[in-house]
Amino acid sequence: MNFDDTPQEAEFRAKAHAWLSQQVEPIDPDRVAPNMLGEREDDATIAAAKAWQAKKFDEGWAVLTWPKEFGGQGLGRMEQVIWNQEEAKFDTPPNIYTIGHGMLGPTIMAHGTPEQTERYIRDMARGQEVWCQLFSEPDAGSDLAALRTSAVRDGDEWVLNGQKIWSTGAQYSDWGMIVTRTDPNAVKHAGLTYFIVDMRSPGIEVRPIKQINGASGFNEVFFTDVRVPDANRLGKEGDGWRVAITTLMNERVAIGAGSGAGRMRDLFNLAREVRRNGRPAIEDASVRQRLAQFYVTSKGLQYTGYRTLSALSRGATPGPEGSIGKAVGAPLSQEIASFAMELQGSMGAVLDSDVVPQDAVWQDAYLGAPGIRIAGGTDEILRNIIAERVLSLPPEIRVDKDKPFRDVPTGPPSA
Amino acid sequence: MNLEFSEDQKFVQQTAREFLAEHAGLDVCRKVLESPQVAYDAELWKGVAEMGWLGAAVPESHGGAGMTHLELALIAEEIGRSLAPIPFASSVYLATEGLLLAGSDEQQQQHLPRLAAGDLIGTFALAEGPGEVALDGLETRFSNGQLHGEKLPVLDGDVAGLALVAARGDAGPVLALVDLGGKGVTRTALRSFDPSRSQARIRFDGAPAELLGDASKGAQLIEDLLDRAAVMMGFEQLGGAQRALELTRDQAMGRYAFGRPVASFQAIKHRFADWYAAIELARSNGYYGVWALSEGNDELPLAACAFRSAASDAFELAGEEMIQIHGGVGFTWEYDCHLFYRRAKLLSAALGTPSEWREKLIKRIEARHAA
Repeated sequence: MNFDDTPQEAEFRAKAHAWLSQQVEPIDPDRVAPNMLGEREDDATIAAAKAWQAKKFDEGWAVLTWPKEFGGQGLGRMEQVIWNQEEAKFDTPPNIYTIGHGMLGPTIMAHGTPEQTERYIRDMARGQEVWCQLFSEPDAGSDLAALRTSAVRDGDEWVLNGQKIWSTGAQYSDWGMIVTRTDPNAVKHAGLTYFIVDMRSPGIEVRPIKQINGASGFNEVFFTDVRVPDANRLGKEGDGWRVAITTLMNERVAIGAGSGAGRMRDLFNLAREVRRNGRPAIEDASVRQRLAQFYVTSKGLQYTGYRTLSALSRGATPGPEGSIGKAVGAPLSQEIASFAMELQGSMGAVLDSDVVPQDAVWQDAYLGAPGIRIAGGTDEILRNIIAERVLSLPPEIRVDKDKPFRDVPTGPPSA
Repeated sequence: MNLEFSEDQKFVQQTAREFLAEHAGLDVCRKVLESPQVAYDAELWKGVAEMGWLGAAVPESHGGAGMTHLELALIAEEIGRSLAPIPFASSVYLATEGLLLAGSDEQQQQHLPRLAAGDLIGTFALAEGPGEVALDGLETRFSNGQLHGEKLPVLDGDVAGLALVAARGDAGPVLALVDLGGKGVTRTALRSFDPSRSQARIRFDGAPAELLGDASKGAQLIEDLLDRAAVMMGFEQLGGAQRALELTRDQAMGRYAFGRPVASFQAIKHRFADWYAAIELARSNGYYGVWALSEGNDELPLAACAFRSAASDAFELAGEEMIQIHGGVGFTWEYDCHLFYRRAKLLSAALGTPSEWREKLIKRIEARHAA
């Protein structure tokens, strides 16, 4: 039992820190932690992100956990987290590769042909090509396998029609990974096929979604007679669900990097700054109880992440226990933001960052929080996962299981 | 970073689990709970002493097993799992720990071997009636080698032979060591919310006592002792919460309603998921706490507060959910749910309630911030 770095970990941390210090400026550790959902996607930002990724790749600091044969460094998850922690101390361009490097690359490595691997992996690693995920649909969210975007074979090509949604970064991506329905007569999970699609293909239209927080990190992507060569199929026809599971298994909450320490520090500072009953709010007993609850749960989440990391670095495979992080962390962020706004009194309802404490970061966080509770597994789906896969409670009773997908109800019966 | 217990430590835990499965079934807890004249299970106490757990963290030179607090924490978790009806917490995490922390050579030599052997039961007396204890407002007085005042409730106070008593000394709070079998001590058993664990009222009328540790650092000593005991008690709470979850899971899997297992309803599954998360988050805080304790590093004061409040909340939640998910039978005397429900509340109250530890946490964070 040891929460400190091992000598090897400390050495890696020092090396990473030293390299970063030579490249980029450190962030003032006391500055208010920016809202994680403050997406920036203008051309200059994307160009800066690509340049930074290329530099890291060329000097051996990119895709650390990927095997060397795929351009990675063959390091463990522990080193990746240490790197993330160190990089977070510096002012760097945003990371637009989380989905590609974390989820899509590993899927290609696991299921791709040698030609596909050769063609895509290195450019993905170096960041010169950006990737997005095309999974969710308007009628297939939590029930992802209910997706209906169709792919119909036509000689050596497939013709795609349908609509995807909630695709992060689709507007600046070069490639997408898409799950389609190729056999509506098969049962739900059996009729799916996975493809790599060129985002500049004719017939693809990307429309940013304006979110409740005013940002547009997500997109709708429309497919109208989009032609995809059969060479871009990933895995066998009808095997798309199995391939998709590989992608989803890699969709792990980034552990370790976001310890929530900055957020907790900002919350305590706010409670010291604003007043309640004529005194600093932090002297109020009810405020203290809430602060303590937030602190205890945040620490619990942080150390639970460390426990997962520690197990993984000893060779365990990522398990469903990881769902705790999001199941608890997402609603917690909303509660904390809500409480911080409450501390501000009537100013809680003001958004002007020049008059609201801490640049109105809590107002932004509160507007972004509902999205976090939904994206990548809703609170409810995560609880099902914990109940079924960790505690082995019975799965949901399914009414769509043994019938052809085309016979599965999609709405209330017509009167 | 390595957040796993070693193979040797896991072996200690496994041995404890097996021993307690054999010797401390819930029937053992129930027997004490249902016998008003019995304060604890003497046979189990003897067995636990023979296993060497009472002196787990006591050096071999004082009759202990010479293990660390990491092993002791895992034993505590197993004690919690079994709801063992013995004065383990009072004697081990509090009396023994206090002597290890601040006892003179002579005091250690005199008491530790007997505590480790189980021949002497120790306890810690802090509370003085309803409400929170303020160390600077203690009414029990220690002066000229004598104790005056009244302590209640004192966990295991009716059966302990030795007590560490928090009292007002001549220059601030102190810990006094007192022979509870000596003169000037009057003890009355209280009706305990969890009758498988006894509690007492103790009156001191000039009872002879001696100082434990430095008279000028009594408050710090009491805080240290509470922090350390809180971590150990937290593991006991984790064990209880986890066992309650497992038993309730089995019951919900086996019981059918509306033609399907009760455990298959989302309303029930989500309760289980939240319950599991509460235990795991508390456990993670516990790992940090016991690491800080065993390293003797200065994270302990914050870690102890965080763990203790999380573990108390998790076990209390467990007691409540256990009955709720069991349904009507959970409310019967015959089913074991109330054993957990009672134990959870008793352990929460024993070293300061969850809200007291949360308050203490903020106090300490603010003190650090000011420094």
